[in-house]
Amino acid sequence: MTKIHIPTPLRQYAGKQLTVEVQAGTVAEALSGLVSKHPDLRRHLYTEDGRLRSFVNVYLNDEDVRYLQKEATAIKDSDTISIVPSIAGGRGN
Amino acid sequence: MLKIERKDYEALRQHGGETYPHECCGVLLGEMNGENRRVTSIARCSNTRTDSPRNRYHIDPRELVRIQREGRERGEDIVGFYHSHPDHPARWSATDLAEAHWFGCSYVITSVEKGKAAITNSFELAGSDEGDKKLLDETIEVTQTET
Repeated sequence: MTKIHIPTPLRQYAGKQLTVEVQAGTVAEALSGLVSKHPDLRRHLYTEDGRLRSFVNVYLNDEDVRYLQKEATAIKDSDTISIVPSIAGGRGN
Repeated sequence: MLKIERKDYEALRQHGGETYPHECCGVLLGEMNGENRRVTSIARCSNTRTDSPRNRYHIDPRELVRIQREGRERGEDIVGFYHSHPDHPARWSATDLAEAHWFGCSYVITSVEKGKAAITNSFELAGSDEGDKKLLDETIEVTQTET
């Protein structure tokens, strides 16, 4: 089973769990398994047309999956996935 | 409400003074307790917005993954973030709100005037999704470090 770490702001939609375990062979399958178990997470992770929101970073162990094979990245049971919303801002002008 | 020990409160303010005239940034770790957050440690981060550090900040998610993992080992959660506004009020900007996604967490902002930390304010990211999110003023309770 692959462990998915749920960030603080999304735990309320994942049964208040810090981690969720799923059986999956790829990142896409893992995330699909996650939202199947916890449907309320879907709108926070995905846009209406089914794409991962731009501010949602998905890490496989210590690697951003964007720099691997994205959601097609293969995973092993010993791998962990971290969902990390972006942190940014600033005074602006 | 955000509860934070004086040593951590002063440390995040000092960080802004050190990086002036650039924005500093970092993570607040601790525990969530209903509508309150208690900070038990802070972690400085690098501002990856080297293209515009005087008015923008961004934390590398890879750094966040590491901080989160180390916090987990100590039994700490991410409860918020801090950054500074060089020569600008300690109020959230449109950019701050647009880029805020950690609902239920605290966003602490320190105004740094001519290299010295001035005012520090904290805001809770409230709302249910990107469509109705808002940053609400919250009280900062600075506590003395227990010995």
